[in-house]
Amino acid sequence: MNFPHKNIIGIKEMTAEEINFILDSAESFKEINRRDIKKVPTLRGKTIINLFFEASTRTRTSFEIAGKRMSADTINISASGSSVAKGETLEDTAKNIEAMNADAIVMRHSASGACEYLAKRLDCAIVNAGDGMHEHPSQALLDAFTIREHKGKIEGLTVAIIGDITHSRVVRSNIYCLSKLGAKVRVAGPGTMLPPGIDKLGCEAYTNIDEAIKGSDVVMMLRIQRERQGAPLIPSVREYCKFFSLTEERLKLAKEDAIVMHPGPINRGVELPTSIADGPQNVILDQVENGVAVRMALLYLACGGEKLQD
Amino acid sequence: MADDVIEILDTTGIQRALTRIAHEILERNRGTDDLLLVGIRTGGIYIANALQKKIAEIEGQTVPVGTVDITMYRDDLGSRANLSVGKTDIPFKLSGKQVVLVDDVLFTGRTIRAAMDALVDFGRPLTIQLAILVDRGHRELPIRPDFVGRNLPTSRSEQIEVEFDDEKIPQSVTLHK
Repeated sequence: MNFPHKNIIGIKEMTAEEINFILDSAESFKEINRRDIKKVPTLRGKTIINLFFEASTRTRTSFEIAGKRMSADTINISASGSSVAKGETLEDTAKNIEAMNADAIVMRHSASGACEYLAKRLDCAIVNAGDGMHEHPSQALLDAFTIREHKGKIEGLTVAIIGDITHSRVVRSNIYCLSKLGAKVRVAGPGTMLPPGIDKLGCEAYTNIDEAIKGSDVVMMLRIQRERQGAPLIPSVREYCKFFSLTEERLKLAKEDAIVMHPGPINRGVELPTSIADGPQNVILDQVENGVAVRMALLYLACGGEKLQD
Repeated sequence: MADDVIEILDTTGIQRALTRIAHEILERNRGTDDLLLVGIRTGGIYIANALQKKIAEIEGQTVPVGTVDITMYRDDLGSRANLSVGKTDIPFKLSGKQVVLVDDVLFTGRTIRAAMDALVDFGRPLTIQLAILVDRGHRELPIRPDFVGRNLPTSRSEQIEVEFDDEKIPQSVTLHK
């Protein structure tokens, strides 16, 4: 098929066919990561800038490794220690990077829509590595890839996503992605962390975690994003744990062969106990491994081919 | 466009050519010890599978067949229409082996260059040999096949098509003017 997007901004703009194309490509890239010599010359001579305005270990490293395994030159810029700290605007920073003939900018930013803003103003490819509370497309794609790998398909599955739904870009991208691929998505969290109207995105909303987990094929736990919350949305972490943390009993409500996912970083003992985080149903580190393959596919698709309008 | 189509090889012709190539491979490598076949996606895979069958008929030994996808080794990143990457599957060690790279049509040689680059990323084969069903000329790189089904002088504007049936058994080779 013809993959039309130069910029990877969000899953919302993608069709199911395009999502499947990315996942199929990622499968080919996954094989490279298990070779003795983990490098192919695909993106030789391309320059990819990781522009991160927010803290990140997994995503930034994953994108950097993905670029390097395809022989691109990857450079990391973080907001602290860059001219952003001296008061430069986002657009100026990005245009300066583009003036150095970068082929792609992978950006994480605290403002929702920051990637789209840049995509409209720059010619180089923009890959969204998480923008505010908007989308985190590479995470949703690696989640879908991991589910497909373990379950053989996505269509017809029930996926329960539990935690801070309001502040999670991972949730939004996952709802778009999984529902486009034919899964049933349930979200659950405290009422203060469930945005009104979330069900309009194509999911069912629950305030009772047990109901959400019941009979599901996939249980995805999220971190409470305290850095994004203004006033506290829960009385205490202890109380949150009592009602919304995944316990062995609650996990039994899901299907027997259900898998447990987490986008990381995990707060052990808050969202889920160590016994589940390291238990037989967890696929958390598979998600991380698959993340590299999915990001290789994204960078390949963003950097490869003729530049088209997006 | 209803253009001229000339049949170069029919099913029997292809089978005869493959039988000869199988014998030549066995002769050159003195049997099947350390012998591996690697087909280039996608036509080459089917030819490699056919050769594997021929070799088994002759020697009674099944030689392993791997597949290589060269998209990631191209010297042009192509247009957006052909960005699809296929899977490379080489589930055996290449180091110290006699590797026969297999493709259906040999043209500029750029695909073979890319495939050889891919192979050496998996190890250090003792030799890499090249088996081709149809060599149509117009090489752009210093590459020469070791085993050829049919040498076919063509003009650059002509096209060679290898047809496979549902079981991926080669049926015919045709020249389209």
